[in-house]
Amino acid sequence: MGPQPTTMLDGDTVHRIVWIPGTDRLRGWCWCGESRESEDPVELWEWLLAHPDGHPGRGTAPAPGPAPRPRHLVGA
Amino acid sequence: MTTTSFARNQWYVAAYGSEIGRELFSRTVCGESILFWRTEAGEVTAMADRCVHRRFPLSENPSRLDGDTVVCGYHGFTYGADGVCVSVPGQKRVPRTARLTSYPVKEQDSFVWVWIGEKDKADEALIPRAPWLDSPDYTTVRGMEPLAARYGLLVDNLLDLSHETYLHGGYIGTPEVAETPITTEADEKAGVVYVSRHMDDAACPPFYARSTGVTGRITRWQDIEYHAPCLYLLHSRIAPVGAPGPRADGSDPDAFHVEVVYAITPETEHSTHDFWAVARDFALDDQEVSDFLYDSNRTVVLQDVVALNKLEQVIASEPDGTQELSINIDTGGLAARRILKRLVEAGAAESVAAV
Ligand code: FES
Ligand SMILES: [Fe+2]
Ligand SMILES: [Zn+2]
Repeated sequence: MGPQPTTMLDGDTVHRIVWIPGTDRLRGWCWCGESRESEDPVELWEWLLAHPDGHPGRGTAPAPGPAPRPRHLVGA
Repeated sequence: MTTTSFARNQWYVAAYGSEIGRELFSRTVCGESILFWRTEAGEVTAMADRCVHRRFPLSENPSRLDGDTVVCGYHGFTYGADGVCVSVPGQKRVPRTARLTSYPVKEQDSFVWVWIGEKDKADEALIPRAPWLDSPDYTTVRGMEPLAARYGLLVDNLLDLSHETYLHGGYIGTPEVAETPITTEADEKAGVVYVSRHMDDAACPPFYARSTGVTGRITRWQDIEYHAPCLYLLHSRIAPVGAPGPRADGSDPDAFHVEVVYAITPETEHSTHDFWAVARDFALDDQEVSDFLYDSNRTVVLQDVVALNKLEQVIASEPDGTQELSINIDTGGLAARRILKRLVEAGAAESVAAV
């Protein structure tokens, strides 16, 4: 499932995309716990921001893995 | 309804506090010409830079400050610090509507912030912070460059550090940057985009080795924190490999920090005030380090200015919606654009609702 993102923002509804430079794949995590791979950042943001359309969250679909946890508060 | 590409009902940096004193000072923010001055008590005031009588700019000679009033240089209309006209020439009665639009202002972190939008919505708690800039624990160098390009181009530029390699070849890029995962986070509600690149084991660039005394391998973090629409922070952290990380209370005594701050303030639809500052928490009294950081950051800013001025001319000559192509490096920029679009729409909708 690719690398876990560094998590810095601690809001309830943070979307994350991780990319390893030198590779073509991006992986996005919705705050609902769902994640998906893509080769196109435009398409991936659209999928993330469309929540709950297309990925209603863990309630109805099995989550692919634990959602990343914030490491520390930013701007606190 | 006026449709602009500016996000209204937002705070913007209008100036450094050091720019405003007992002289009349004018700056255009989001298309509005604003007059700034300091009262005798030292408070910054902001009001429209156009006399209500015949529109003479109050920042132009021979307009002048007289105590805590501004006297228009054309026929002498006189205004108080709240923008209300207190006297007009040749008559006793001052027309009741004779007042300049005043703007909420807040001086904080060495900046003068101004609220563009409906006054009753101005909440100082919404102003994002850059506390390094006037902290005694940091030494700061700063500047401001005029940019003849729309502010969105500067947002795009700053959210993608990969352009370092090309536009700023030799200045700030390092080889490890290329293999380190980059995480982009977007908090739509808070209007924040965060792009982090944490290198766990990197060579120490010569500048840091010299100025911090660190020898050997380092962990190097570069974190972009963009608070739409105006404030951009680049947190740069270096520490010897194996040193403890930041503590839960936010302090981080085992690392060295450089905080690069930009305020991206729209002037007009096609021009921008590009405020930049570099604060550090090491070598505080070392003038050579200050000079190096000033020269290198200003060089980088000016390279961007030249490129973006050119890009503005191209974009302005093309029809709206001309196709672009986004790739992985644009992940952060796309998130910022999305949030800006939402803020512009929200500001426009609120002003319609308020009519
Ligand atoms: S234009 Fe200012 S007093 Fe006439
Ligand atoms: Fe740049
Ligand atoms: Zn979701």
